[in-house]
Amino acid sequence: MFSLGLTGLLVRRNLIFVLMSLEVMLNTAGLAFVVGGSRWHQPDGQVMFVFILAMAAAEVAVGLALVVQIYHRFKSLDVDAISEMRG
Amino acid sequence: MDVTFYIAGAIAVISTVLMLTRLNVVHALLYLIVSLLAVSVDFFVLGAPFVAALEAIVYAGAIMVLFLFVIMMLNIGRHAAETEREWLTPGIWKGPVLLAVILILEVVYLARGASAGLGTGAIGPKEVGIALFGPYIIGVELASMLLLAGLVGAYHLGIRKTEKPEIRHVTDTDEGRADTGGDLVLAGTDRSARTT
Repeated sequence: MFSLGLTGLLVRRNLIFVLMSLEVMLNTAGLAFVVGGSRWHQPDGQVMFVFILAMAAAEVAVGLALVVQIYHRFKSLDVDAISEMRG
Repeated sequence: MDVTFYIAGAIAVISTVLMLTRLNVVHALLYLIVSLLAVSVDFFVLGAPFVAALEAIVYAGAIMVLFLFVIMMLNIGRHAAETEREWLTPGIWKGPVLLAVILILEVVYLARGASAGLGTGAIGPKEVGIALFGPYIIGVELASMLLLAGLVGAYHLGIRKTEKPEIRHVTDTDEGRADTGGDLVLAGTDRSARTT
């Protein structure tokens, strides 16, 4: 139960580096799944984490392709300007 | 087991906060890797070694390499060497190295002691595989379709920047053809003018 509170604390991080924090949020969601699965001793939580992992991989591939595309579209944006896109 | 779990969770939270407060992307990436490894240790403590291995391999391996590759691709600029020289100032690597050393000590402690799960015991990869390919087989198929869609989408988004030079190349050849045609016409008129 305390571990569930810890995962809640992890989920509450803000979006700053958008993709990285998306990674962190998906990761904490998976952590919550695994914690629940180990709490009730079911393998379903780990199965859900595997699905979250696959979804995160696809999402990161598409997101990074979008970042490259944005960088090539707006040539004046360098990496620092991209890193200042805060939400 | 409780102490190791909370230490790893605290490392995950601290490294995530430090990641969010960095201004450089590569430093944030270092802290993000430390955070993912800490979460992986958490999974191991919770009695999910298969998921811990997947976390360390897929997240901290593949996805971080993707991030690093894109950052390096975008960093090929005019002042890349100067920023590199600024980023390589000593002392930056101390924070992630400290957290990673704590994690390594924790993993060594866990490997020496009996690595049982927190409370209810471990769930091995066998049960996860049976559950994955038993009642969740449709989910596996959906995940494969999602990965295929992601692959095609990333390929489509990445191929668009290589189409532009091709289009320019085609227009260049067309302009060249038009120029040669104009030259031919002028040459013909010159010849006709000379003959007449």
